Amino acid sequence: MTRLTRRNFIGAGAAAGLLLAVPTISIAAGTKKVVVVGGGIGGATVARHLRMADASIEVTLIEPKKLYHTCFMSNEVIGGERALESTGFGFDGLRARGVKVVHDTVTAIEPDARRVKTAGGETFAYDRLVVAPGIDFKFDAIEGYGREVAEKIPHAWQAGPQTALLRKQIEAMPDGGTVVMCAPGNPFRCPPGPYERASLIAHYLKRHKPRSKIVILDAKTDFAKQGLFQQGWTDLYGFGTDKSMIEWVSGDLTDRGIASVDADAMTVTTKFGDTYKADVLNVIPPQRAGRIAVEAGLTGDGDWCPVDFLTFESKIHKNIHVIGDASIASAMPKSGYSANSQAKVVAAAIVALLDGREPGTPAYINTCYSIVGEDWGISVAAVYQVGADDKGAQVIKSVSGGLTPMDAPAEHRRREVEYAHSWFENITHAIYG
Amino acid sequence: MRRGVLRAALLTAALGFGAAASAEMASPGLLASTCIGCHGVDGVSQGPAIPSIAGMSELYFVNAMLAYKYGEDREKIAAAARALGMDVEDVDALKRPATIMDRIAKGYSDEAIGAMAAYYAAKPLQPAKQQADATLAAQGRSVHREACEKCHEDGGRKESDGAGILAGQWKPYLQHALMDFAGGRRDMPKDMREKLENLSERDVDALIHFYASQNHGGAK
Repeated sequence: MTRLTRRNFIGAGAAAGLLLAVPTISIAAGTKKVVVVGGGIGGATVARHLRMADASIEVTLIEPKKLYHTCFMSNEVIGGERALESTGFGFDGLRARGVKVVHDTVTAIEPDARRVKTAGGETFAYDRLVVAPGIDFKFDAIEGYGREVAEKIPHAWQAGPQTALLRKQIEAMPDGGTVVMCAPGNPFRCPPGPYERASLIAHYLKRHKPRSKIVILDAKTDFAKQGLFQQGWTDLYGFGTDKSMIEWVSGDLTDRGIASVDADAMTVTTKFGDTYKADVLNVIPPQRAGRIAVEAGLTGDGDWCPVDFLTFESKIHKNIHVIGDASIASAMPKSGYSANSQAKVVAAAIVALLDGREPGTPAYINTCYSIVGEDWGISVAAVYQVGADDKGAQVIKSVSGGLTPMDAPAEHRRREVEYAHSWFENITHAIYG
Repeated sequence: MRRGVLRAALLTAALGFGAAASAEMASPGLLASTCIGCHGVDGVSQGPAIPSIAGMSELYFVNAMLAYKYGEDREKIAAAARALGMDVEDVDALKRPATIMDRIAKGYSDEAIGAMAAYYAAKPLQPAKQQADATLAAQGRSVHREACEKCHEDGGRKESDGAGILAGQWKPYLQHALMDFAGGRRDMPKDMREKLENLSERDVDALIHFYASQNHGGAK
């Protein structure tokens, strides 16, 4: 019913509604303008859903890459189970839905003038801006590591060429070699990601280079789905024995992470001063919100962007919504599916706000599958609502969910792999298809 | 008799609480959007292991979600049925196994489940694009007529009486479901149990290929 009401309202009195709500710039043109910065999972989803909900909104999506590679499933590429091409998605699907896709880089956001500028010299005015830049790396946190060194020692924490590079190195590594992965402290993109990656590298080594191993040097003293991962590692990769293909070095033993990387010597030194020699080195640095969010001041004093949980509107700049990994999303993890879910809520909120209506109640969800090995999948899921914590502060809280049970039957674990793959088909089709 | 009355009752219920509870509950469209990531756009799944939920009857949807949400707590299931304006006897919410839906279903109020049910019942199911073995499918057609057509009418296309739509569902999903029924992990009506017990493995395989071969051709 709300839907019908909204449609009628847009058809009959959208201009009047806008005059009340935002009495400047674009009203003269009579078009509602939304600009989306970033064409990853969050940005692409919000652009698509805005157009689906209200085709009278002019939606411009600005993204430098012509092909976006999903981070989810990239660990399967690294383990040799999946072609990189199957994780690459273009923007024709969005164009077909009337989204104006511009391949350019946003260099400045001007919240007062309500416009963005690009490296290509263009200016785009907006009524509402969605900033979905994902993550950037704090390279200076690790001595000897940086954007250029990453061309030799990949982070592979943004998918695409970095994924291909790490895969190539693991493939080229001789049997008996050691892969060293450095996992960052919280918060970071995809909390279970490093451990799924270690699993799928071990899965590859077990079959092709059985005398090799992978060492995880962690900044943390525990990690997402730890019990489930370790149960799988014990069964599949000899975890806990002296023949284990996976060794996890807790943050207790690294003094919370690594201090330096020596790219020539292929060594990494922990904050305690222990040095590890690697044949393949995968350094996942600490992270913060994507560059443009930081430069626009959307992160305030911190590394991530504070937002209102009903609309993901920035607490720093009005009319700007920050979604996905760059935002501080309360209990929601930094995951592609979280970004996708936030984007749908934000699209609905923006449609309402542009019509001068109150945004409705949000509905959030997240599911993260991790593949531990052949026929061995695990997951964490949650449904979220906005509420208040015991001090009355607004929070997004999980109202249900949880992990795959420990000791699940083999058929359960096997199906979770199938569901992971089917989820991938559905979510990517829903965004880019 | 279940059929007919139910749809009207449910729609009334859905609209009723939609108006009453709109302050707290998200809109049906936004609630339903939380299913898309796994079940596909408008409930049409592109992923072979995950069923399409488009066109699923409200009764089927509610039965499934309440079974995931409440397990075998019959009192809560009955209370939910009453709250949704449904006949308690129709809402059997037979036991079904889950990997993840049991964790997810608990996050939705009974009213939200009713709203999502109405939303997806109104979406047209499109058959999955998949291969089916023609010989097996032909055998499956006979098995279907003999054993299944009474409830899964019109070649498994119809969604009356809370029976699942089978035509056009993905083969891997159908395999999982039948494996669960046969293995006793998923409960089924007594009539169905008797029919299924008399089918050979090949019959079951043939059935799966038959349903996979069915396009909807506008029938629903």
